[in-house]
Amino acid sequence: MKYLKQFMIILAISFAGEILKLCLPLPIPASIYGMLLMLVALLTGILKLRHVKETGRFLIEIMPVMFIPAGVGLIDSWGQLCGIIVPVSIVTVAVLIIVMVVTGRVAQRVIIFTQKFSGHTDKTN
Amino acid sequence: MNELINDSAYAGVAISLLIYFATTTLKKRINFALFNPLLITIAVTIAILVAADVDYEVYNKGAKYLSWLLTPATVCLAIPLYEKWQVLKDNLAAILLSVFAGVFTSLTCVFAISKIMDLSHREYVTLLPKSITTAIGIGVSEELDGYVTITVAVIVITGVLGNMFGEVICKIFRIVEPVARGLAFGTAAHVMGTSKAIELGETEGAMSSLAVAVAGLMTVVIVPFFGNLM
Repeated sequence: MKYLKQFMIILAISFAGEILKLCLPLPIPASIYGMLLMLVALLTGILKLRHVKETGRFLIEIMPVMFIPAGVGLIDSWGQLCGIIVPVSIVTVAVLIIVMVVTGRVAQRVIIFTQKFSGHTDKTN
Repeated sequence: MNELINDSAYAGVAISLLIYFATTTLKKRINFALFNPLLITIAVTIAILVAADVDYEVYNKGAKYLSWLLTPATVCLAIPLYEKWQVLKDNLAAILLSVFAGVFTSLTCVFAISKIMDLSHREYVTLLPKSITTAIGIGVSEELDGYVTITVAVIVITGVLGNMFGEVICKIFRIVEPVARGLAFGTAAHVMGTSKAIELGETEGAMSSLAVAVAGLMTVVIVPFFGNLM
């Protein structure tokens, strides 16, 4: 019953996310609203970790599997994709690498800088 | 037999899960970036569907329940985030600056490459939301009047590639700090990158989840400006 109860809570928060999506005119999916709601509920203590922990862990663990249908769905968009495959491939690969490097390096730089600033240089260097 | 497979709501998903299970088990022995369980499962499933002449619609009769779980699973990403709340607070400046830098770079690069390759306005806006999570990307693409199906395809391909090569890219460019690695995965390869970041460590996973949300929100805010550039 523990798992059912946890799943129920998670679905209820997902539903609350759907309601927010309906009320706010932004192109933000219910899942992101739900994630923010769950975070707020945990931080304020309305929700305790034990109310969602095991089922949440399970869902996160099997998450890659949930992308299989979308990936297989490439079958149906293949026709459209075919015509612009060259620019699309270049953009996809190049931007992926550049964005990863920029984000990672900026984060690393700022972290090292702030640690130096507060006198904790020993950890990173 | 063929008719059974052609109508079954379970055959396709069962086969996909079997392939995924087999490849993840093998992955423990073969440590090679190209050997990515998610990619192999998608490719082999497509090959089987094409060979057996099964429509995606039939496959999706069962597979859609896997996608259905994605919303509650994404909601649950708040759990590792909550557990790493202190890390988040300690690194707030790094998080906001780096994710903003990533989002801005993503949009600028798509603009630059589209300009160089002389793409049409519609093709350009189709590619703009490529780094963010599918559900937000669909909304952005619709809003800007792009080809939504292609946007989804590009987002999925980005995710698969991020999942495959993220670790290697971090290694080559010496991104070693766990917080920085997580942010890089989430900003560049959304939730699919996050599922890889979780494997690398708890901090990586939490920061990656956070980056997905923050990058998505930032993109929504600044993308209208980019939409008008070309």
